[in-house]
Amino acid sequence: MTLTANEQMWSELGIDLESHGQLMNALGPIYGEIYLSQKNRPQGMGFYDFVVGDIHGIRVKELREHAKDGGKVVATYCVFVPEEFCWAAGAIPVSLCAGTQFSVPVAEEVLPRNTCALIKSSYGFKLGRLCPYVQVSHLIVGETTCDGKKKMFELLAEQQPVYVMEVPNKRSTAGRALWQQEVRDFKAKIEELTGNEITVENLGEAIKKVNARRREFRRLSALRAADPAPISGKDALLATQVSMYDDVERQTQMITALNDELEERVKKGEGVAPKGAKRILISGSPMAIPNWKLHHIVESSGAIIVGEESCTGSRFYNELIPEGIGNLEDMLTALADRYLKTNCACFTPNTERLDDIIKMARDLKADGIIHYNLQFCHTYANEAVQVDRALAEAGIPLLRVETDYSDEDAGQLKTRIDAFLEML
Amino acid sequence: MITAGLDLGSRTIKLVLFDSGVRSSEVIDSGLKPLDRCRRLLGDKQYDKLVVTGYGRDLVAPELSGATISEISAQAAAVRFLYPDAASVIDIGGQDSKVIRLNEKGGVLKFEMNDRCAAGTGKFLEIMARALELTIDEFARTSLEAKRSVTLNSLCTVFAESEVVSLINKGEDAHAIALGLHQSVVTRVSGMARRVGVTGQVIFAGGGAKNACLVRLLEDKLNLKITVPDDPQITAALGAAIIAANGKNQGE
Ligand code: SF4
Ligand code: SF4
Repeated sequence: MTLTANEQMWSELGIDLESHGQLMNALGPIYGEIYLSQKNRPQGMGFYDFVVGDIHGIRVKELREHAKDGGKVVATYCVFVPEEFCWAAGAIPVSLCAGTQFSVPVAEEVLPRNTCALIKSSYGFKLGRLCPYVQVSHLIVGETTCDGKKKMFELLAEQQPVYVMEVPNKRSTAGRALWQQEVRDFKAKIEELTGNEITVENLGEAIKKVNARRREFRRLSALRAADPAPISGKDALLATQVSMYDDVERQTQMITALNDELEERVKKGEGVAPKGAKRILISGSPMAIPNWKLHHIVESSGAIIVGEESCTGSRFYNELIPEGIGNLEDMLTALADRYLKTNCACFTPNTERLDDIIKMARDLKADGIIHYNLQFCHTYANEAVQVDRALAEAGIPLLRVETDYSDEDAGQLKTRIDAFLEML
Repeated sequence: MITAGLDLGSRTIKLVLFDSGVRSSEVIDSGLKPLDRCRRLLGDKQYDKLVVTGYGRDLVAPELSGATISEISAQAAAVRFLYPDAASVIDIGGQDSKVIRLNEKGGVLKFEMNDRCAAGTGKFLEIMARALELTIDEFARTSLEAKRSVTLNSLCTVFAESEVVSLINKGEDAHAIALGLHQSVVTRVSGMARRVGVTGQVIFAGGGAKNACLVRLLEDKLNLKITVPDDPQITAALGAAIIAANGKNQGE
């Protein structure tokens, strides 16, 4: 059997070629059905079609080239891990995806079934040797944002180097002090891994680069406030998902180009759905690539998703880090503080998130909110009670859905979503 | 104008022809080829517009040149038509149970629906009736006659079924088991009802309302008077036909 260049690379990375082939064969048609069937897409999405078309090819090759020259690849699962240190020290951070049912049964051979799909999917990728990004990375960085993940990282560490950052539960003085120290320790860890020192200069550069990408995403978010919406929620979600593992500068360029195009559309009053289509804000658990399920159902029912209050959304790009600070200590403090503002449900209390949801709904002129909860994710499920109350008070309709990556409940979800849209 | 409402449920298909009131209605089993059955059911019936609801709506509506509406909006429309003062709807269907609160205009204000599991649905009762070797009607009657009930430990259909089998083997009274099973459905549904905050005149629509034991237990549990329409099984189909009459058509 002759292997293609990609297969050759995957087998060198220790990928289980057969299962991986099945995964790739499944992804193609799904992408075609969900993405390529959309009408009037922005041209800027062409790049993303190209990336997904070779999702385990080109980018992995880049990472391997980087590693061949002694460069390091640092994999993460959560928006809490400060990517700036990696860029500063010449390492490449990649956010691992964990959004497919495909790797769940593999994980369930070890993990309890009643664990959130994100945890199972990510663990299954490693266990089943399905993900070249996992294989190509030198270090996986975990965090203590949820108990399930925390324990999964211990199991993952049996197979690959894992480093865990402790995220506090409270944004108190003690919590902040803990996080400040964790950030400094992580910096030291990255310096040790790469053998490069993180300095005012290279960290300053990295902060600027990542900020630039965040700014473009904020601009994208603002453009989605237009009616008709210039881009589908599916496409905006995809751009976010891809940005989390791609090169930061390339992404800034791509999103800038996309935004320029969308700006033109908004000026001309062009959109992807008719003016007046129901506008939905999604809020809740992250949607790792290729988890497009909810977006697809909502947009197939004729509504348009105008924002994601999520880690694969606003929590990824919202806050900036002050630029131009002249000494390392203050830079580290500012950086740590920025990450502590992430409104993850792991915090108690987390009222900031409620304010954020309402603000986003108003800014984006959403008609309603769908609170998305990965099944067995207890923090978000419980916080949803407060989201429900806060939105009732603000007079914004809410639908709560709890689901995982499988398709079993697609019919029920559709009934709920249709009813919700009919009700708006 | 005559409109048609078709409700494609998991167990049965219902058709209502509407013309300022119910003109005719029919209920048949869904079977394995629901589209063929729908075609036959519609036959050469004359109507101007068709709206399809129920879990199979997206499958058959395009084939039959009909529009679609969710069961939730359909139930709301029917209940409002039958009872202009109704404020809440409970619907225990074959595989989904729903509780709906209506706004002043009769639209949906808020709703809850069971998630993917069968607990609290008609499916649950059906499987349990089978475990007790009773028809669904006998099952309801048996539980109405019970003097006491056994509490089932599990709301999960699969586990409850084995629990039932072991209770029978232990010689437990079928009446008490049947009542316990009905109570467990009502526990689930009333949980949803409280979350939605049912108030005012409550209508129990959908096929489950034909079960008198469920009606009585729900009234007790929620401490409310519950109204059951004459033919509760066809309300979703009626709602679809009403929505067709009010202007929803193909492509809207
Ligand atoms: S939800 Fe919390 S733990 Fe999960 S990615 Fe977001 S910030 Fe991290
Ligand atoms: S979705 Fe919830 S349970 Fe799953 S990893 Fe994130 S925080 Fe943990």
